[in-house]
Amino acid sequence: MAYSEQVIDHYENPRNVGKMDADDANVGTGMVGAPACGDVMRLQIKVSDEGVIEDARFKTYGCGSAIASSSLVTEWVKGMTLDQASELKNSQIAEELALPPVKIHCSVLAEDAIKAAVDDYRKKQQK
Amino acid sequence: MDITRNYFEFLGLPVDFEVDQTRLGERYRELQKQVHPDRHSHQSDREQRLAEQYAAYLNEALTTLKSPLKRAQYLLSLNGIDTLSDSRAQLDPMFLMEQMELRERAAEAANHADPEAEMDALQAHVGHELNRLQEAFSAAWQASRMDDAEVLVRKMQFACKLQQDIEALEDRLFDD
Repeated sequence: MAYSEQVIDHYENPRNVGKMDADDANVGTGMVGAPACGDVMRLQIKVSDEGVIEDARFKTYGCGSAIASSSLVTEWVKGMTLDQASELKNSQIAEELALPPVKIHCSVLAEDAIKAAVDDYRKKQQK
Repeated sequence: MDITRNYFEFLGLPVDFEVDQTRLGERYRELQKQVHPDRHSHQSDREQRLAEQYAAYLNEALTTLKSPLKRAQYLLSLNGIDTLSDSRAQLDPMFLMEQMELRERAAEAANHADPEAEMDALQAHVGHELNRLQEAFSAAWQASRMDDAEVLVRKMQFACKLQQDIEALEDRLFDD
């Protein structure tokens, strides 16, 4: 399958790969997986006291499109509020990366990952 | 022979996760003799085409019933549960976290003091996990706990993918 230039760019130079301390109260962790293909994605955000995402990290074991989708999301969410981040739609990711229909589920996975990270952070704050 | 029957019935085996692999092999060979092209070469085009269809169905049946994961997926599909297409249903984060850690461990194995031993340990770990999931699936299936069975198949899909990834990594690390 031919990947778009955008996907190849993120695949070859993934942004913000890494890990944050999941026990840190300011860190939200989203763990998601795509059972049909066995891809696993971890997306983490570090949130300021004002509720703004200061930093984001990801690690994805999966195809190029899944890696590119999560890499792109970590770039986008930096500087966003939690509400803005949880409103991100997979269609925006798919459009930016020019994903073919068979790879749309990779962008869905990235959307689910950022939502899960925001949820995890909010749950921690309620405690 | 009737290809409208499911793979189990087609092969004359009980519809169950537990499959007697010796019996499966025997039944396969018996049926294979019947559909062998040489037996049908003197027959009409239509009959030859039918024999080809039977042979193809027989091979699919064997491949499916031999593999624990494919067998489990197939059993669920007979019950109208599709585990092969994408689903947004998420598994528990603890399971995914563990899957992530095992993949990270595999990725770092090359830098390990004894990469071969590390890969063997990982293979053993994943193999053990797969056995555990298969036993749990078998129990869930027997008890008609279909929701549990579905979750277990999804977990098996991750574990099988990891197993394949580890095998591919081993090939890259040690075979050249």
